[in-house]
Amino acid sequence: MRLDWEIAKRGYRRYAAYPAATWAGVFTNVVFGFLRGYVLLAVFDHRDVVGGYDAADTITYVWLGQGLIATVYIWGWFDFALRIRTGDVATDLVRPVHPVRYGLAFDLGRALYHAVFRGIPPFLLGALVYDLTYPAELWRWLAFVVSVALAVAVSFGFRFLYNAAAFWTVDYRGPAMIAMIVANLLSGFIVPLAFFPDWLKAIANATPFPSMVQTPIDVFVGQADATALLVQLFWCVVLLAACRAVFAAGARKVVVQGG
Amino acid sequence: MIEVEKLSKRFVVREGRFRRRRRTVDAVSEISFGVERGELLGYLGPNGAGKSTTVKMLTGILVPSSGRVRVAGLEPSRQRIQLARRIGAMFGQRVQLWWDLPLADSFELLRHIYRVPADRYRESLDRFREVLDLDPFLQTPVRQLSLGQRIRGELTAAMLHGPELLFLDEPTIGLDVVAKQRVRDFLVELNRERGVTILLTTHDLGDIERLCSRLLVIDHGRLIWDGGIDDLKERYGEERTLVVDLEEPSPPLEVEGARVERVDGPRQWLRFRGSAAELTARVAEHARLVDLQVAEPDIEEIVRRIYSGR
Amino acid sequence: MLYGRLVLARVRSQLQYRLSFALDTVAMFLVSFLDFLAVLLIFHATPRLGAFSVEEVAFLYATSGLSFAIAELVVGHLDGFPQLIRDGSFDVLLVRPRGTLFQVVSIDFQLRRLGLAVQAFVVLGWAISRLDIPWDAGRVAALPLMVACGAAIFCGVWVLTISVVFWAVEGREAANAFTYGGRQLTQYPIDVYGRWLRRLLAYVIPMAFVSYFPALYVLDKPDPLGLPHWLRYAAPVAAVGICVASALMWRFAVRHYRSAGG
Repeated sequence: MRLDWEIAKRGYRRYAAYPAATWAGVFTNVVFGFLRGYVLLAVFDHRDVVGGYDAADTITYVWLGQGLIATVYIWGWFDFALRIRTGDVATDLVRPVHPVRYGLAFDLGRALYHAVFRGIPPFLLGALVYDLTYPAELWRWLAFVVSVALAVAVSFGFRFLYNAAAFWTVDYRGPAMIAMIVANLLSGFIVPLAFFPDWLKAIANATPFPSMVQTPIDVFVGQADATALLVQLFWCVVLLAACRAVFAAGARKVVVQGG
Repeated sequence: MIEVEKLSKRFVVREGRFRRRRRTVDAVSEISFGVERGELLGYLGPNGAGKSTTVKMLTGILVPSSGRVRVAGLEPSRQRIQLARRIGAMFGQRVQLWWDLPLADSFELLRHIYRVPADRYRESLDRFREVLDLDPFLQTPVRQLSLGQRIRGELTAAMLHGPELLFLDEPTIGLDVVAKQRVRDFLVELNRERGVTILLTTHDLGDIERLCSRLLVIDHGRLIWDGGIDDLKERYGEERTLVVDLEEPSPPLEVEGARVERVDGPRQWLRFRGSAAELTARVAEHARLVDLQVAEPDIEEIVRRIYSGR
Repeated sequence: MLYGRLVLARVRSQLQYRLSFALDTVAMFLVSFLDFLAVLLIFHATPRLGAFSVEEVAFLYATSGLSFAIAELVVGHLDGFPQLIRDGSFDVLLVRPRGTLFQVVSIDFQLRRLGLAVQAFVVLGWAISRLDIPWDAGRVAALPLMVACGAAIFCGVWVLTISVVFWAVEGREAANAFTYGGRQLTQYPIDVYGRWLRRLLAYVIPMAFVSYFPALYVLDKPDPLGLPHWLRYAAPVAAVGICVASALMWRFAVRHYRSAGG
């Protein structure tokens, strides 16, 4: 436990070292928040509710989503793939901590930094400009925080898996891009799942992606209750197990072929 | 070819949490020197002394804070593009060539960038191909070249448009002995046979010993030496070494005006100042000599001495 | 022409990885339809967005999509520009007898973005087939012209915003707000955006001229905002304006770099 904490601190510090990049990122998040917000709000010119979401829920969804971009970090994480390409992964094989555990702890540290410095500022701005929906009950606030942590873990599992493609192919960026685009859509990041037609909603719910973005947001605006967290937990366990299995397979390949 | 008068460059560095504290750094302080056409000189200095800053001002990359600089009669910072046609530059650690393309393609692209007439280009390239033995890897992508091959390619790239003045920054770094020699021979030929003026920035004292007749030494932004290597040795090389081979191994000689630095069988190394002839006579009084040699001062030692301000 | 040669060299080296390139392009093409799916999902919830129907929004989406794809082909690699500054490779460009902007732009050409251009074509075809456009010579000519002007505007904004890297290398992330943000917002009619944003997009960062204003002309649609009629013909002016501004900004930024040091 102590070890995980140390690793998490390292993850936090690595991103805390570039405050300028963080602020630049917040700026971009805010700009996109306005762009997406206006478009989605325009839908409510003609309707009051879409799939259970009203206008206030939707604008809350937008600003939470912007805050979650960096926190959950679905897009553009290639740390592990780079380690494979440079051969550094060989040292991971002899470290006492399993790389998946190390990676997860590191990522949770990172997520804490991003949640505070790239999550809260855009949300606060959105809250100042718009009338947002807030959790009515106290337990919801706590459930939200836990849900975000689980979302990070599920996202980490997903990222690790698309990075692991680097074990088997030089051009890992191609398949990774496709995975990220699909994830972006089905996680409910681009458009709330509430807007999806039923058949597409069913497809999305069969994947881990909603657990990365939509679930914490639904918990916050009151569209989901605590059982949604169980679903996240399920995906968390499944993906992390898959990571370990894939890593073992990749490690075998590295050892046999010498990377 | 180059005229530098009281050239200075001052940087403002922002530090602190929100980059609020300001500090001025005098990277180069009022240096002055001149370089004639056809010279081959070395530019030496510890890291951070202002070497690369000076070269950047000479090539037009940086704008000076004050002072006057003329290269080939042009003002580098104002006439950058005109000057670029007449100079070549090679930065040992930065790649000028196109990474993914075969070497030959890089040369072609440079030909068009510099607008070199086809026949002059052909002639240049053929000559470099021969002297530097480029043919074996001319069609290989640059990223697959060994360091030695890449350096030869970069040197060619720098010279293809026939510049009169060449700036080299650490051209032999990382090369093995054979490759270094090849590069040095090439530079000597460029300078002696084709009259190319060369300014060589280097940490490699072997380069300096073998190539440069004149040396500029910079430290903390100031020029602390501008002159020939022999003068340098005479001025700073106070202590020399007399290597004597005695008839038979002896305990360290005790001779006035010298101290024994090392003994290896019948051979002894004596450090001394002043006249070698007089010392030899004194040694002969103490022991029977078979052979002797005066070792010139080591330039590394000399440079170290200059840096430490003696 | 030198640009042609430089670009051809890059293209040749990219085509060496033929299989991976083909796979990438096909994959990009397929997956980019998911991007359009977002637009369809919105129209699943509402019959109109602002004063625009789904086909009209698709028209905006496709024309700006084509413009953006072209811009990405030409200057998309600028996203990697900070690295050039960080490792000092920019200095190498300063020692060559050519303008730095020209060299930086001709350094790469992202052929793999072609898949996105094709997707935009398909969507455009769909939109045009479902719209009742009063075609005449002017409108037919306007279509490629608006795509070209849109591409020029995107390129101008890209260069303008990437210049910030000369002052703060980490600032590149902020540039995304304008480049990819521009892509995002031009997919939709500007009448959904708040007034302050509309003003910004029409008069400061001329994004509204990428697709919105020219589309009003081609679709022969009255402006729901009631803005001056001549704006729908002003795209070329906006394109020239932003390109000139970006070239000046670049020059200013390089001057700063050469005074303040790397």
